[in-house]
Amino acid sequence: MPATQPSSEIAYNGAMKILVIEDDREAADYLQKAFTEAGHTAHVAGDGETGFALADAGDYDVMVIDRMMPRRDGLSVIAGLRSRGNATPVLILSALGEVDDRVTGLRAGGDDYLTKPYAFSELLARVEVLNRRASAKEAETVYRVGDLELDRLSHSVRRAAREITLQPREFRLLEYLMRHAGQVVTRTMLLENVWDYHFDPQTNVIDVHVSRLRGKIEKGFDKPILHTIRGAGYMLKGG
Amino acid sequence: MALSVPAIMKTTAARLSALYFLLFALCAVLLVFYMTSLSASMLTGQTQDTINDEVAGLASAYKRGGLPVLVRVVENRSRQPGANLYLIADANGQILTGNVQSLEPGVIDTEGWTTEPFSYQRFGEGELDRLRSGTADPNETQPGQTAGEKGHNAIALVLRLPNQMIMLVGRDLGEPERFRAVIRRALMLALGMMGLGGLLIWFFVGRAALKRIDGVSQASRRIMGGDLSGRLPVTGAGDEFDRLSENLNAMLARIATLNEGLKQVSDNIAHDLKTPLTRLRNRAEATLSGKHKTSDYRQALEGTIAESDQLIKTFNAILMISRLEAGYSSENTNRVDLVAAVRDVVELYEPVAEEAGVSLEAAVGGAFVVNGNRELIGQALSNIVDNAIKYSTDSTSQPTVHVMLQRTQGEIRLSVADNGQGIPDDADRARVTERFVRLEKSRSQPGSGLGLSLAKAVMTFHSGRLDLLPGNPGLSVVMSFRAREDH
Repeated sequence: MPATQPSSEIAYNGAMKILVIEDDREAADYLQKAFTEAGHTAHVAGDGETGFALADAGDYDVMVIDRMMPRRDGLSVIAGLRSRGNATPVLILSALGEVDDRVTGLRAGGDDYLTKPYAFSELLARVEVLNRRASAKEAETVYRVGDLELDRLSHSVRRAAREITLQPREFRLLEYLMRHAGQVVTRTMLLENVWDYHFDPQTNVIDVHVSRLRGKIEKGFDKPILHTIRGAGYMLKGG
Repeated sequence: MALSVPAIMKTTAARLSALYFLLFALCAVLLVFYMTSLSASMLTGQTQDTINDEVAGLASAYKRGGLPVLVRVVENRSRQPGANLYLIADANGQILTGNVQSLEPGVIDTEGWTTEPFSYQRFGEGELDRLRSGTADPNETQPGQTAGEKGHNAIALVLRLPNQMIMLVGRDLGEPERFRAVIRRALMLALGMMGLGGLLIWFFVGRAALKRIDGVSQASRRIMGGDLSGRLPVTGAGDEFDRLSENLNAMLARIATLNEGLKQVSDNIAHDLKTPLTRLRNRAEATLSGKHKTSDYRQALEGTIAESDQLIKTFNAILMISRLEAGYSSENTNRVDLVAAVRDVVELYEPVAEEAGVSLEAAVGGAFVVNGNRELIGQALSNIVDNAIKYSTDSTSQPTVHVMLQRTQGEIRLSVADNGQGIPDDADRARVTERFVRLEKSRSQPGSGLGLSLAKAVMTFHSGRLDLLPGNPGLSVVMSFRAREDH
């Protein structure tokens, strides 16, 4: 995985109010600093009880919750919040990385799951995608980014009124990129959401798929639309 | 086995033996008591019946000829061997005739049945008695013999004749009392036998069981003491103890496997993670010492991150392999469509293969369903396909990777065959699935040496096998799954 470079090259979709519930003081401080550098506001809670109280009272866009904490563990905090009708998107951080742990975490009400240790660029990309104010796109049937248009019902893709033929997987790849247009999408996110795999392939197969897709949607057009974000992933951005 | 008495009682066998002994003894005593009382009352009844008959006979004699006839009949009967007791006395209790020499005072004063057996002495006692008892043993004692050799117990009916004289007709109780004595002796004998039996049972059954349990505890102590290869003794009798020992041994074997896995992980960590960590540290140290441009620092940091990312990957892979090999049980196993799994992985790798100039072909069709975890199967297969693409590029002809699904005798074989140089050496082929093993020619390729180990662990998790077979040319990696029952 290439180097992490917070802030400078990563564009963000408006400032978010993020709650970090993490008992490791150093890790929490690092996250707070990094989120702030990325243009967001981050509050930190050092244990599950405090975190629950803050989450219950505050209006956060995204919460990052560590799974194993003193006083109250992360899953119980999430379950408690969900039972009180709090639907704020939650990203679970965990040292446990088993297949089952992920499933348990998501079942408890988490929206995404990241295993420690992680790259901050990965965390930031996932948090931005989780941002509840940006998740309205789910319901739209036609995605438009610049002159690129994707119709989810007819499964057709056009750029500047020119029809582009895509393989089914390429279509899903583009669909995911367009749904999160303007946001950084990491390779792991693509592998998880487009291929439904949660492991690291030995070779970076995603890059090859993306460059193929790029060939189809950029070849013959002046402007690049699918950008590689160094040290993080990809971003679809028009104009 | 030198056990003190309380220690003996601490064993289940001894406790059980004692309990059974007590229970049986109680039953025997109750039974004997019941039998004795029943038969005694029966015998008493019989005696009374005999006396009643006798009295009826005497009454008719009296009616026929009055007192003289009665006296004659009585005298007559008295002389017969084994005769009943007869006695006629005057109103003052003076004995007139009969075969009774003396009896307990007061017996003839009350009319009707004597309530308690009384002792008496008859004429010509000793000899007659010895004849009747049919034994010559002088030590043989009779119950109720209060007055040495001469005393006897009897019950009797006392009647007052119309002329105020007293007549007594009785019967000796020797018989029922001897019967009682026999029963009592039988009881004592039975109790003695039961005690002996209990001891024997304890000795043979209980002690045998105790001995085997002791064997098991000794073996367990040895194992706890550090001899982890030790196993509990199995006698081959196939009984409960053997079954218990076998199960415990299976458990121990399982623990030993887990322990071995753990040991391997720590060895792996020691050998293969220390090297990159040292490299990481040296790089940081080298960057700190001396003056460098900012871009150099940046480069060093980027290198550090890249290296630690690789370390994390390796670490995750080691953990995953050892958990899978340790029999990590996932609740997330369900039916996995292998055809779909193959298509997904082939589709994932197709662009990579194309870029490398390798043709990736999948010949899959039909229904191939196994119980498993799609994620793990996908990861194992993608590692194998990844390898196959990498190592088919040195093929002498067009590099090709074939993915095939076949069914053979209850097994589903998913094979990935390449036409590269393969691994000609049998030992190398066997070795290559071990952790961190990288053959000489693969050192130039990127990778951690864990890909095939992980695939193997995934197959272990699925109760299947991973086989590396020599291709012609190339290498064929075969994942064998157990077919689902319903297919």
